[in-house]
Amino acid sequence: MISPTEVVDIVLLILLAVTGVAVIRTRNLFAAVMLAGIYSLVSAGLFVVMDAVDVAFTEAAVGAGISTVLMLGTLALVGYQEHEPRHTPLLPLFVVVLTGGILVYGTTDMPPFGHPENPAHQHVAPHYLEESEHEVGHIPNVVTSVLASYRGYDTMGETAVVFTAMVGVLLLLSRGPLPRRVHHNGRWITVRPGTTREELEARMLAESGDEPEPVDGEGARG
Amino acid sequence: MDDRVILRVGAKILIPFILIFALYVQFHGDYGPGGGFQAGVIFAAAFVLYALVFGLGNAIKVLPPKAAYFCGAFGVLLFVGVGYASMALGGEFLNYSVLAHDPTHGQHYGIIGVELGVLITVFGVMVALFYAFAGRRRLDR
Repeated sequence: MISPTEVVDIVLLILLAVTGVAVIRTRNLFAAVMLAGIYSLVSAGLFVVMDAVDVAFTEAAVGAGISTVLMLGTLALVGYQEHEPRHTPLLPLFVVVLTGGILVYGTTDMPPFGHPENPAHQHVAPHYLEESEHEVGHIPNVVTSVLASYRGYDTMGETAVVFTAMVGVLLLLSRGPLPRRVHHNGRWITVRPGTTREELEARMLAESGDEPEPVDGEGARG
Repeated sequence: MDDRVILRVGAKILIPFILIFALYVQFHGDYGPGGGFQAGVIFAAAFVLYALVFGLGNAIKVLPPKAAYFCGAFGVLLFVGVGYASMALGGEFLNYSVLAHDPTHGQHYGIIGVELGVLITVFGVMVALFYAFAGRRRLDR
């Protein structure tokens, strides 16, 4: 007999699979981004069923919320239609099926979900659950006391990772096209983006005062 | 979006509630689901909604990109600062028990401090990322 929780599990997992296949099949990137948001929301539902409400909260806020907006911002830059692939899907399909098969094979060795004898529940977790009340005190949510106090060093690293992500994205995206070095008439010079070949030659002429030599194939491009 | 009155009015009504909800998630994280990461994202979502409805230019007037970058860095510094504060008071790095006379009170202060750091960093980074993506134009335009 299937229990009501299992029915919820099965429905959520089927929704997850359907959304995943739909993301792969659609060529409309706008639809793909929206479906990815739905995928995150359904995942958040699964986390709630597993009693991981803090994780579900994060997944709903980050996965379904902010990253959907960021993906839409990206689509505004790159366009809404995916190009037709130029290769057959057979090799990627083979790689994915093989990897998936190995992963599924790996799960057969995993301990049963939520079992009290699992390694995860034998190491430091019992100490956190039993002693958090006395050691950390006025924090009834053990997730917070583990995250911020027992595992404060990890959380500091995570915060630094978030900061590093910002630095990386800003380095890549925050400026327009940079000035570039071009090899022109035997020497390297710096040109602003958008400089045409005529402007470059006029500048070279003004600098040297000589007749410009004929320019070969590798000139300035805007 | 000057003609979309319902969207503008709806966003104006929603934004204060989103901000308050983010603060609730932040400070109720000790008692229920929530904490700095979630609250930072929700707080940033209010600014993203403002930028989507009222335009990026107006959003940058409310919160300049440099302020967002500052938040992204300041939160990490606040987190590390709490760690050094507990060192200065004679404990180990990030051992909050020494922050007050009663160890459990010290733990509470420390957790509030580091969660605030997480909130500020996540908020600043999310807004900065949104500005970075939304502020770029297509190359072929």
